[in-house]
Amino acid sequence: MLERHSIVAEQFEDAEQQSAAAHLGMWTFIATEVLFFGGLFLAYTVYRHFYFDAFAAGSKHTDAVYGTINSVILLTSSFTMALAVQFAKIGRAKLIVRFLLLTVFLGAMFLAVKGFEYHEDIVKHLVPGPNFDPSLPLQSQIFFWFYWIMTGLHAVHILIGLGVLSAMAFLARREKFSAQYHSPVEITGLYWHFVDIVWLFLYPLLYLVQRHA
Amino acid sequence: MNDPEQNYLSAGWTVRSWLLTTDHKRIGILYLLSILVFFAIAAAAAAMMRLELLTPQGDLVLSETYNKLFTMHGVLMVWFFLIPSIPTVLGNFIIPLMIGARDVAFPKLNLLSWYLFIIGGCFALHAIVLGGVDTGWTFYTPYSTAYSNSHVLEMAAGIFIAGFGSILTGLNFIITIQKMRAPGLTWFRLPLFIWSMYSTSIILVLATPVLAITLLLMSIERIWGVGIFNPKLGGDPILFQHLFWFYSHPAVYIMILPGLGVVSEIIPCFSRKKIFGYKFVAFSSVAIAVLGFLVWGHHMFVSSQSIYAGMAFSILSFLVAIPSAIKVFNWTATLYRGSISFNAPMLYALSFIGLFVIGGLTGLFLATLAVDVHLHGTYFVVAHFHYIMVGGMVTAFMGGLHFWWPKITGRLYPEKLAQLAAIILFIGFNLTFFPQFILGYLGMPRRVHEYAPEFQLYNVLSTAGASILAIGYLLPLIYFLWSLFYGKKSSANPWRATGLEWKTSSPPPKHNFAETPVVTEDAYEYPPLNEIGEHPDA
Repeated sequence: MLERHSIVAEQFEDAEQQSAAAHLGMWTFIATEVLFFGGLFLAYTVYRHFYFDAFAAGSKHTDAVYGTINSVILLTSSFTMALAVQFAKIGRAKLIVRFLLLTVFLGAMFLAVKGFEYHEDIVKHLVPGPNFDPSLPLQSQIFFWFYWIMTGLHAVHILIGLGVLSAMAFLARREKFSAQYHSPVEITGLYWHFVDIVWLFLYPLLYLVQRHA
Repeated sequence: MNDPEQNYLSAGWTVRSWLLTTDHKRIGILYLLSILVFFAIAAAAAAMMRLELLTPQGDLVLSETYNKLFTMHGVLMVWFFLIPSIPTVLGNFIIPLMIGARDVAFPKLNLLSWYLFIIGGCFALHAIVLGGVDTGWTFYTPYSTAYSNSHVLEMAAGIFIAGFGSILTGLNFIITIQKMRAPGLTWFRLPLFIWSMYSTSIILVLATPVLAITLLLMSIERIWGVGIFNPKLGGDPILFQHLFWFYSHPAVYIMILPGLGVVSEIIPCFSRKKIFGYKFVAFSSVAIAVLGFLVWGHHMFVSSQSIYAGMAFSILSFLVAIPSAIKVFNWTATLYRGSISFNAPMLYALSFIGLFVIGGLTGLFLATLAVDVHLHGTYFVVAHFHYIMVGGMVTAFMGGLHFWWPKITGRLYPEKLAQLAAIILFIGFNLTFFPQFILGYLGMPRRVHEYAPEFQLYNVLSTAGASILAIGYLLPLIYFLWSLFYGKKSSANPWRATGLEWKTSSPPPKHNFAETPVVTEDAYEYPPLNEIGEHPDA
C-alpha cells in the first residue's frame, strides 16, 4: 500500500483515476494535433483539386524509394513501440528498455533517411522560390511547399518523440515502471502511433500522386 | 487544516513560492495579475483611438499610428485578455473547488500554460515596443505576408506560443471535469459554470491548433516570400481567411461561453431560486460550442465567397440565436418570482443580460446576407462585437470577480461602492458603443482615423462614454485593492450560495477540502417557497 501511494500524485484519489486522466489527456492532445495537421491537409486538398496536373508532376519528382523505405521503418518502429507497451503491462523493465531503445533507433533511422532525401531534393532544385526547377509547372511550387512543410512538421514531431522515448527508456532503466504503474509508457506509445499514422497519410499524398502514369 | 489561518495564501510568502507554484488557486491569481497588465495597455490604445476620433480631422496621430493602435488593441484584448480572462482566472480558481477536487488533473502543465502565456505576451509586447504591427488583429494576407513593414512575425510568434498555453489549459479543464469530480457529483448535478467551461475547453482544444498552423503558414510565407496564400504562384489569399476564421469564430465563443456560465451562477444565488430548465441551459452551452464551428463563413460574405456558401453560413449563423435565446429566457424565468437582491454581482449579471441581448440581436442583422453588404466593415460591426465581448464577457468577468472575491481573498469588497461602479460601467458602456451602431448604419467605416464631419456628434458621445467607462474600471481596481487590507473578513459562504466552493473556508486551504466532499443533491437547491409564497431565507 505504501509503495502504491508514492506513485499517485496528490491531486488524485487512486492509481486508476491517475491512469485514466493520463490516457484521456493524451487522447485530447492527439485531437489537438489532428486539427493542427488538419489545416494543412485541408489546404493541400484545395490546391490538389485546383492544380492536379502540377501536383502529379511534382509528386513524380519526389523520391518514392526513400519514401517507401521510411514507411517500412516507421511501421516497424510502431511494432517495437507496441511491444514495449506490452512488456510495460507485465512489468518487464529490461525488455521495456530494449524495445524503447529499438524504437528510438528506428526513429533516428527515419530522420537520417529523410536527411539524405532532403539533400537530394535541394540538389535537384525542388525548393520553391527563384531556384525552383524551371521544367516543372509553376504550381508545382505549391506542391513542394506542402512537401517541405508537411514532412518538416512531421520530422519535428518525430524529434520530440525521440526525446520522450529516450526519457521513458531512462526511467524504465531506473525501474520506475511496474505492472501497476506504466501509463507514461502507454501514452508515449499513443503519441508515437499518432506520429506514425500522420506519415501513413503523408506517404500517398506526397509520393504517390499518379505515380503509375 | 480547518485552522482559518492556514490557507493557500499563507502557505508561502516568497516570490519563488508563487512562481513555482502548482496550486490552481495561485495560478489563477498569477493569471489575474498578468491579464490586468495586458488589459491596461490595450485599454490605453483604445483611449488614444477615442481621443483621435473626437475630431473629424486626423490631428492626434498619423493614419499609420492609428493602424498600429487598433492592431495592438485587438491583439492584446483578444488573445491576452478576453480569451484567458474567465477561463484562466476564475476557471482555474473555481473549477477544482466546484467539483470537490484537490487540484486540476495536471498541475505542472497548468503552470506551464501560464509560462507559455507570459512568454507569448513578452513577444507581443516586444513587437509593440519595436514599433508595432499594422495589419489588424486578423493578419489578412497578402498584406501581412508581402506588404506590411511592421513586426508581424514577432507578434504572430507571441500569439502562437500563447495559443499553446490556451490549448493546455483547455486540455487540463476537460480532463479535470471528466475525471476528478467528487463522489455523487454526476453530470447533471454540476454547476452550470462547469458546463460552460467544459464547452469552452472543447473549443480551445479543437480550434486553437488551426490558428497555430495558420499563423505558421503565414509566417513561413512572409519569411521565404513564397507560399500558398500568394496569388503569384496561383495561391489563394481567401484560404487564409477561411483558416483564420475557422479558429476565430469559435474563439468568439471562447470569449462569451465562460461569461454565460458565470451569469448562470449569479442569477440563481441572488434570486434564491433553482435555475429554470437546468438541462436546457447546460446543453445550450454545448450547442453554442458545436454551432460555433460551422459559421466561420459569415465573416466572408463580401470576400468572393460563393453565394450558396453565403446562404448556408447565414442560416447556420441564425441558428446560434436559438441556444443563446434559451439561456436568456431561462435566466428571466429564474428571476420570475425570485427574492431578488441587487448586490453588485447581480447588477453585473442583469446588465450582462441586457447587453448580451442587444449584441446578439444585432448579430442577426449581420448574419443576414443583404444587410451585411451594407453594414460590413462599418462601426455597426464594431458596436456589435463590443456589446458581446465588453458588454458580455467583461461585464460577466467583473460580476464573477465580485461574486468570488470573498472566496479568493477572504475579504468582502465595499458593497455600495461596487454597486455604484456596476451602474457607472453600464452607463459608460452604452454611451460608448450605442452611438457606434448609428454611425455604422450611417456608413462610417471602421479602422480609419479621419471621418466626414457629420459623424462628429456620435463620435464625441462615444468618446465621452469611454471616459465614464474608464471610471467604471478604475473604481473596482481601487476598492478591490483597498479591501485586501481593510475589507471585512468574509465567512465561508457570504452569499449563502449552493455549490461546493462555498463549503470550504475563505480563502480555501491549500488542498481545498479537509475531506473529499460527497454530493447528494442537484445544483442550486435553494429552499423552496413556503406556504405564504415567500422565500424562507430571504
